[in-house]
Amino acid sequence: MSEHLAPYDSPQHRDETAIAGMWLFLASEILLFGGLFLIFVVYSHTRAAGWALGVRHTSLTIGGINTALLLTSSMVYTLGVEAARNENARGTILAGLGAAGLGVTFLCLKGWEWHTELDEHLFPGPGFALGGLQAGGAQLFYSFYFLSTALHGLHMLVGIGLIAWVCLRVYRGRGASLRVLPVEVVGLYWSFVDLVWVLLFPVLYLIGRV
Amino acid sequence: MAPTPGLQIMQRSYLWQDGTVRSWLLTTDHKRIALLYMASITAFFVLGSFGAALIRLHLISPTGAILSDETYSRMFTMHGIVMVWLFLVPSIPVTLGNFLVPLMLGAKDLAFPRLNLISWYLFIMAGALVVYGLFRGGLETGWTFYTPLSTDYTQGRVLPVVAGVFLSGFSSIATGVNFIISIHQLRAPGLTWYRLPLMLWALYATSVIFVLATPVLSITLLLLAFEHFFHVGVFDPALGGDPLLFQHLFWFYSHPAVYIMILPGMGVVSEVVSTFCHKPVFGYRFVAWSSISIAAIGFLVWGHHMFVAGTSLYAAVVFSMLSFLVSVPSAIKVFNWLGTMHGGAIRLDAPMLYAMGFIGLFTVGGLTGLFLASLASDVHLTQTYFVVAHFHYIMVGGMVSAYFAGLHYWWPKITGRMYPEMWGRTAAALLFFGFNLTFFPQFILGYEGMPRRYATYPAQFQVLNVLSSAGASILALAYILPLIYFTWALFRGARATDNPWQATGLEWRISSPPPVENFITPPVVTHEAYDYAALDHPDAAPRAEAPHV
Repeated sequence: MSEHLAPYDSPQHRDETAIAGMWLFLASEILLFGGLFLIFVVYSHTRAAGWALGVRHTSLTIGGINTALLLTSSMVYTLGVEAARNENARGTILAGLGAAGLGVTFLCLKGWEWHTELDEHLFPGPGFALGGLQAGGAQLFYSFYFLSTALHGLHMLVGIGLIAWVCLRVYRGRGASLRVLPVEVVGLYWSFVDLVWVLLFPVLYLIGRV
Repeated sequence: MAPTPGLQIMQRSYLWQDGTVRSWLLTTDHKRIALLYMASITAFFVLGSFGAALIRLHLISPTGAILSDETYSRMFTMHGIVMVWLFLVPSIPVTLGNFLVPLMLGAKDLAFPRLNLISWYLFIMAGALVVYGLFRGGLETGWTFYTPLSTDYTQGRVLPVVAGVFLSGFSSIATGVNFIISIHQLRAPGLTWYRLPLMLWALYATSVIFVLATPVLSITLLLLAFEHFFHVGVFDPALGGDPLLFQHLFWFYSHPAVYIMILPGMGVVSEVVSTFCHKPVFGYRFVAWSSISIAAIGFLVWGHHMFVAGTSLYAAVVFSMLSFLVSVPSAIKVFNWLGTMHGGAIRLDAPMLYAMGFIGLFTVGGLTGLFLASLASDVHLTQTYFVVAHFHYIMVGGMVSAYFAGLHYWWPKITGRMYPEMWGRTAAALLFFGFNLTFFPQFILGYEGMPRRYATYPAQFQVLNVLSSAGASILALAYILPLIYFTWALFRGARATDNPWQATGLEWRISSPPPVENFITPPVVTHEAYDYAALDHPDAAPRAEAPHV
């Protein structure tokens, strides 16, 4: 990558601009998930009983473990950002690998959870497992469940890819002074993915369970 | 400012410096990306106009002249989707905006030059998918993709078209992020917010909508594709879903998108009116903030598209009131443009003719919008040609007029050549008359009850329909003319001077066409926007030396 500053006045100006761009992109992302959460807001009220029936069939254990994993992952990554600020390349890479590893574990558990749910015919459609009067609402819940976890999972895959890219960058740049900016920008994104889950967890596993 | 020698201009101009195809396709220069976009949206505009031409030709006869009912439905869907997403939404922002934002800021490029190029590639991929879907079967859903028609009943190709529109959304978001961050971060020394040209305020407001409304469209289309593909019932009432929810989500984007399709035009008109009256814009701060308030209020009015769709009456009353509120900042703009013209030395060159056409047609479009925002009259007029006429007055009468105004106005800067003035004025006049003849009869048709989107109609409506189709042929001429003389001017037009219109603004201080790096010496802004006194008497202004804030 060429290091000429093109439209910027100084390296600091360039870095500020990149951070601002990421924040604005995340604002856009909030609206993306916002539209999705509208599905929850509407149907958990208009089809409350069926929706709650769906919530009771989710696996609170896996959901809970995953929440802990993802929160830890964000914390570990934040330590990596601190390490980068202190010019500690080794610390940054270790933290990045740790955060990505926790993310991969999350996705594996999520995949296993999906697998059991598909086995139990919880995917909406003709053979849907939950019968009775509330089947419609429960199907809506599982439509929301599969779409929101898939979209969140996709964001996690992107995030894990970005963390791997950051680690590789830092590894290749050993010896030279460490550029904190990419570490920080990816950190913003990773924390956002974490935040989405912090909202998804209660919506998918808790609200309506009791 | 010392004039740059002619030879040096040619060597350093962004247009001619490196002519290889590769250098164009991999460019990160905002000026070249603007031209890539211009070529692409012109192609889509031709495609969309072709659809409109077939529609108008078909409607010459009450029984339909040339198309089968199904082909007719697919044709107006094609016209709507191509025109909205592949022409109107990107139009001014990605062409004139891309070209001008850095120049007006006194910057070397946009904040994220590579993101800008990526946005063009996303747009091209989006266009390819949409065109593929529309030609391998097409769609009969209209541009609104209402469910359950689009999920359960359509015989057409929903997925490629929806995927294309989805991708074009990311292209819009990238452009919006780029503009907002550029305006925040890359202003030249001395260029305070209240010294920005009003075009930048308008593009800023547009970009806010790009960034905050487009993702809602993305998720809506994702839900639609999910439902269509897996046959789950997010919106399907048979499976417990609510089709009204789709309309809420769709219009939460698509009403603000209407302001995407008018705000940049308002920015262009502010620039053009000021220049051709040689006067500062009347009430600068009001015009600036009216752009922001149109964008803000625009997020709160989507419900007026659903007055007859079964929403609650109380919600409808609130949405009606909020919709009326939008007319306040819009009227502020119109009155302030007229205030600017009052007592000005008006030159009626082509850009000014287009801009004046914009003001008139936008006013008609805006006022008829109030009929549709009123609950009682909307029940009568909704789903009729009145609606069609209303939004074409905004989108074509407004936005296309403004786009042409901007193209003529900045053409000398973009290409370094003048367009033939006589032909420009002729095309502007033809556009105004052709447009009115096409769409004014549709107000009457709608008022008399002719529904939109039908391939046939009762014989009593034929006279007005034939008038409308005749107008469309004049309108077509008004589109073809600029295509011809702009192409001619690109190679044979008279050489343009750096500032042919005696305009203020940083873009007119550099050579035409601009050098690759935009500003050879970084500019410092010492005056308010539209300070013609300083332009006309540069030596009489000692404040030019004064320290600035």
